[in-house]
Amino acid sequence: MADHFVVALAGNPNVGKSTIFNSLTGLNQHTGNWPGKTVTNARGKYRHKDKSFILVDIPGTYSLMASSVEETVARDFICFGEPDVTVVVADATCLERNLNLVLQTLEITGNVVVCVNLIDEAERKKIKIDLKILQARLGVPVVGASARSGRGLNQLREAVYRAALPGVVSRPLAVDYEGTIEEAVQMVEPEVRRTVQNKINSRWAALKLIEGDHSIIKSLRDIMGFDLINDATLANRLAAARKFLQENNYDSDAMRDSLVFTIVSLAEEIAREAVISENQKFNSRDRKIDSILTSRRYGLPAMITLLGLVFWLTVTGANYPSEVIAGFLFWIEERLTEFFQWAGSPPWLHGLLVEGMYRTLAWVVSVMLPPMAIFFPLFTILEDLGYLPRVAFNMDNFFKKAHAHGKQALTMCMGFGCNAAGIIGCRIIDSPRERLIATITNNFVPCNGRFPALIAISTIFVGGTVPGIPNSVVSTCALMSVIILGVFMTLLISRILSATILKGLPSSFILELPPYRKPQIGRILVRSVLDRTLFVLGRAASIAAPAGMAIWVMANITIGGASLLDYGAGFLQPFALLLGLDGYILMAFILGFPANEIVIPIIIMSYVSTGSLVELDSLEALRQLLISHGWTWLTAVCVMLFSLMHFPCGTTLWTIKKETQSWKWTLISFLVPTLTGITVCFIVAQTVRMLGLG
Amino acid sequence: MKRELIPLNMLPLGSAAKVRSLTNDDSRTRRRMLDLGLIKNTHIEAIQKSPSGDPTAYWIRGAVIALRSDEASKILVEAVSGE
Ligand SMILES: Nc1nc2c(ncn2[C@@H]2O[C@H](COP(=O)(O)OP(=O)(O)O)[C@@H](O)[C@H]2O)c(=O)[nH]1
Ligand SMILES: [Mg+2]
Repeated sequence: MADHFVVALAGNPNVGKSTIFNSLTGLNQHTGNWPGKTVTNARGKYRHKDKSFILVDIPGTYSLMASSVEETVARDFICFGEPDVTVVVADATCLERNLNLVLQTLEITGNVVVCVNLIDEAERKKIKIDLKILQARLGVPVVGASARSGRGLNQLREAVYRAALPGVVSRPLAVDYEGTIEEAVQMVEPEVRRTVQNKINSRWAALKLIEGDHSIIKSLRDIMGFDLINDATLANRLAAARKFLQENNYDSDAMRDSLVFTIVSLAEEIAREAVISENQKFNSRDRKIDSILTSRRYGLPAMITLLGLVFWLTVTGANYPSEVIAGFLFWIEERLTEFFQWAGSPPWLHGLLVEGMYRTLAWVVSVMLPPMAIFFPLFTILEDLGYLPRVAFNMDNFFKKAHAHGKQALTMCMGFGCNAAGIIGCRIIDSPRERLIATITNNFVPCNGRFPALIAISTIFVGGTVPGIPNSVVSTCALMSVIILGVFMTLLISRILSATILKGLPSSFILELPPYRKPQIGRILVRSVLDRTLFVLGRAASIAAPAGMAIWVMANITIGGASLLDYGAGFLQPFALLLGLDGYILMAFILGFPANEIVIPIIIMSYVSTGSLVELDSLEALRQLLISHGWTWLTAVCVMLFSLMHFPCGTTLWTIKKETQSWKWTLISFLVPTLTGITVCFIVAQTVRMLGLG
Repeated sequence: MKRELIPLNMLPLGSAAKVRSLTNDDSRTRRRMLDLGLIKNTHIEAIQKSPSGDPTAYWIRGAVIALRSDEASKILVEAVSGE
């Protein structure tokens, strides 16, 4: 016997599966209050008593009828992944609908533990669940839990432990279908059983075969090696069963309706017995909030205000820590320099390590870290509250007009965190065409690597331009305009793609608006600051450090009086000027391909190494440096535009390749934002110059 | 007395209805609707329109679900008078 048990964690989207997963395994899967975060199976280990368990967090689904990628992944795992136990997590506030999935799972396997989660919310809404009745009706163990506070998780561990031990036989509730369908199943099941034996549930497989579910036939062959298509006897029986159903007026739609009707009615019946709800009316507090946040009059303004507030807090809040960190890090630089002098090291070594590597790192940390440490917790709070699906709800009509999928709004929001994560998130979009559109346009929202640069530039160049209005307000507005432009470009390019290389009409769209939930502020703060900080520092060390050294070398190896950097920049200069940039900036974008975080540090490094050395410990000093290298407000605007619209970073492109399995779409994802950025910058720069403004 | 059937997207905000039939031609969308528990006689209420008027959020079996009018128009319902 294997030394560990495999436990699958199934359930509807957004019921707390990943929260349970994280609590049990100590890992850190993405959680948040919107359906569709978990798109791949994640695995983690935990121990209970003398046994160890491998827990698999599978994507949330409403059913196992395999009409989407997530459903196929979930069903295949429950059915063929041979989990020792399947935990179905259900939402106590909405038990009836969750029972639908529970019943479908029970049809496949009896080794099920039902975990009724979110008990705390149910209590708040005055919904009581009689777990005993539920357990008696379902015939499998039922435990109540409130995963966020850890309540009930021990009972869950214990129930899983018991269910996993050999010799435990549960008597799961069997769903009885209408007589005619049952008769048809009888005709086929013995033949199926002959082939699959007791590896999988033959009654269920027979039902699926009769239903004409092609994905199950494929999965049976690919995963289990059962070739049911070429089995002549089975084929005969199947044909007979189908004919029998036809004669009784069951075409495939009618049959499916009947199956669903039976299951849903049964769920309704069980819920009626097990749920005691004093408050029949739907959640009035949520409805009140929604009647503002998604209303015709206030919906969009509220969205922009909320986003603006987040940015304003970020801009204002980041300023001071940025200067403190910069001051501190550059104080260390001086000490390092003194140390190198004292040790009598050669100047090139000091240049390479201190002026090259250390200084780049210092810039990445001081410019990038504070805005991230503020933006992410704020964004996560909105996510945990349940606001993101409302964004998708508010914006859906725009996406529909762009012939794109409404859930693209969600993948776009994920792009704010990291475009690579946004690309993986595109899996929540079923239709391949719309998924590609979302993938190609994801880069039009700035990720956390580009944000801080945008913030710094807008603070330096745009902040002080309007007299009488506080700098932070002006730079927030500038930042907002960039983001709104990014969203606009997303829609525009989506529309263009739908009319050209990805022709088609929008497919159907169903979006659940989950109840608002109170975010766990403390946990969010700790997690996002810790995770982000470590992540940024890790990335800075691994990419900015070598890049810093490379830049230093390029700036200091001279051939015929000019450095390699000058040659490169000189080569790019004519083209860059057309775009309102300069050669060094364009080169920084190119060298920043591995990670967008290092673009601004590279620009600074190149300027510092070619010009007079300034004390760079404040944004004012940075401003002086940039101005002395010919930056105007036009340069700033074009840098911001190009930062918003250029090729995705290396990680993102690699992810696109992995997700699309195609070099062609990877190349297109590279070209589309790049060409857009070049065009936009060109038009802006030329227009401004022509009008004599810049 | 037999009442009139209307497509769900014509159901005024704030009023309730019972599902009579799904008329989707595409079986995948139809399945999606069934997954939501939209079977015959299911109680449904129109509760909120998005800022541009489409999609609309409905109260279905304890959850709030947004449907575009294209999809909602394929669901025939019978309005029930206000409680
Ligand atoms: N109040 C409350 N919230 C919970 C509980 N479990 C999870 N949540 C929240 O519900 C949301 C969805 O959780 P998540 O684990 O991402 O759900 P998944 O989609 O099933 O993986 C998150 O915002 C969680 O913080 C719980 O027991 N009580
Ligand atoms: Mg999850």
